[in-house]
Amino acid sequence: MSRVSVPCHVKGTVALQVGDVRTSQGRPGVLVIDVTFPSVAPFELQEIMFKNYYTAFLSIRVRQHTSTHAPTKWVTCLRDYCLMPDPHSEEGAQEYVSLFKHQMLCDMARVLELRLILRQPSPLWLSFTVEELQIYQEGPKSPSVTFPKWLSHPVPCEQPALLCEGLPDPSRVSSEVQQMWALTEMIRASHTSARIGRFDVDGCYDLNLLSYT
Amino acid sequence: NQASLQRPEIKLESLKEDIKEFFKISGWEKKLQNAVYSELSVFPLPSHPAAPPEHLKEPLVYMRKAQGSWEKRILKSLNSMCTELSIPLARKRPVGEQKELLNKWNEMGTDEPDLSLFRPVYAPKDFLEVLINLRNPNYENGDSLSFRTHLGLIQVPLKVKDIPELKECFAELGLNTGQLGIDDSTQVPPELFENEHVRIGQKVLAEQDSAAAQQYVRQGSPTALRAELWALILNISSQPEDILYYEQLKTNVIQHDLLVDSLIYKDVKLTASNDDYYFVFEDYLYQVLLCFSRDTSVLSHFAYNSASPPKSYIRGKLGLEEYAVFYPPNGVIPFHGFSMYVAPLCFLYHEPYKLYQIFREMYVRFFFRLHSISSHPSGIVSLCLLFETLLQTYLPQLFYHLREIGAQPLRISFKWMVRAFSGYLATDQLLLLWDRILGYNSLEILAVLAAAVFAFRAVNLMEVTSLAAAEAVLADLSTLKVMPLLQIFLFATVT
Repeated sequence: MSRVSVPCHVKGTVALQVGDVRTSQGRPGVLVIDVTFPSVAPFELQEIMFKNYYTAFLSIRVRQHTSTHAPTKWVTCLRDYCLMPDPHSEEGAQEYVSLFKHQMLCDMARVLELRLILRQPSPLWLSFTVEELQIYQEGPKSPSVTFPKWLSHPVPCEQPALLCEGLPDPSRVSSEVQQMWALTEMIRASHTSARIGRFDVDGCYDLNLLSYT
Repeated sequence: NQASLQRPEIKLESLKEDIKEFFKISGWEKKLQNAVYSELSVFPLPSHPAAPPEHLKEPLVYMRKAQGSWEKRILKSLNSMCTELSIPLARKRPVGEQKELLNKWNEMGTDEPDLSLFRPVYAPKDFLEVLINLRNPNYENGDSLSFRTHLGLIQVPLKVKDIPELKECFAELGLNTGQLGIDDSTQVPPELFENEHVRIGQKVLAEQDSAAAQQYVRQGSPTALRAELWALILNISSQPEDILYYEQLKTNVIQHDLLVDSLIYKDVKLTASNDDYYFVFEDYLYQVLLCFSRDTSVLSHFAYNSASPPKSYIRGKLGLEEYAVFYPPNGVIPFHGFSMYVAPLCFLYHEPYKLYQIFREMYVRFFFRLHSISSHPSGIVSLCLLFETLLQTYLPQLFYHLREIGAQPLRISFKWMVRAFSGYLATDQLLLLWDRILGYNSLEILAVLAAAVFAFRAVNLMEVTSLAAAEAVLADLSTLKVMPLLQIFLFATVT
């Protein structure tokens, strides 16, 4: 499936905190990031990609375009998706993550705006966010590269009915088959040619010092 | 060969089945399975397509940086050695010298060059200092002691397994499963377990199935079958071209003289040659380690190792990218004790090329993790943390006592783990331990054993009042039986 990046504007993070951010002792455990699409018409969201930085759970809300003149509503499309299985330790803390439309709780058509709600319940981390945020929509269908079906889906019995529909040119098939056979024979005959690893340059490996760069 | 392709027995309708059948009867099906299985055990799972290559090496940025600065220290140390001794990193040997080396290839140990000026680039305890100072910049590292401070030496918050998770992971080591290293002792009649286990082992070998062999050695490998079983697990078959490849490496050793050769030489003299078990293998060790340093195929493991190979330029071509080379050719700088990764394998393999292949595969699967800074569960940082966490959780009084007298347990156990216990345990026990490393495709068992050793000596350790005394209690591990220790620690300790 091809995909196209959607230009977006990622607003600054807003921390949710009880009391004054500057004076309060504890650090915020919830951050909100709004993502708008100022230069694009409502689109169908295909994928959200980002690099996590110590966010433990992610919820996403979406505002979608409606045909009526009724005011648009925010809908939750992802609820507390776990990015760090144990919020107190490193696992998943700096991973790359993709979320696809089929993982969402609602239909992702006609997207106007997204709101990412990041949670980190562990007090151990100084900060958390998501980085390198990218939004994708479905791209134009490209002629897809397909494997022969029997390579990707080995099925116990073939469907004989298919053969009647359109038999390929037998001579072409037989020549292809012969090539394949020849290839397997060649590989069998030649074994693997071990790589001859050369480390010198034109026979010379005279070195004085190591390079720091 | 076109004519043979026109054979009438090739039928289009049944081609797919015929090919499958051909794979089966020719033995290629097994070979393919083993090759796929080997790839799966070595390479990390495919990561996110947007992740850059360095993310594959190590996902945590601060770990990558720490590894980078550690490498820089090693480079500086090597460079200053070159400068002080005014010797080059690498040079071509004059023809006379080449002939001389070729003649004494099988008795390099008899040579006694003066290596007093060479010093190991680093020793495990230098590396431990680096790990102790490792910090996550996004972690609350307060100056004062708080609930967040780890009481051990390792301060990074990696996820390590607790005992219930370890029990699940190492289920086959449980009390109800037969074990070589326990159930083959002289008091146990062999009909109960050993005979049947050996019979199954022969069957596994006959089947030539890597996955089955790996599962099998979790209960230990019979001495007579070990060499073949390990080769099967590591998917090493020793074809004629492998011998040629080894000969090519040997030629490269003869042609070029490297500074790391002296480091290898010195290391073997300082470690294996002084060891009661291993000194007889001195000549093998030189051959294997010198060839290893010339093997560029080792470079490919840097795709999944947080370390990176050092770079240099051909003399007089500084900064010209087409003259940039890796140094040593395999990218691995040996440290004090490196030869102990090879030594135990000498008991199993007698042809140098075979010994070499096994060692190389063990290195690119396991041993590199013991001296690279990474967050991998088998990486040395995780092993240290696992060891400290196990000890703190299950022997809190012992841990507290040792900490109070200034004998942090990791200061004692670190060297055991970095060397995968090679040179510390009796060889039969060491091989039983390495069986489990291969069987579980993990080094975590090293940390469990280190903790189990402390548990075993807990009574004596509670009485010591200094680091030196604690070290004395744990100085000799050669009488320990590893399997009972592991089994008791994991499955029979009430907490």
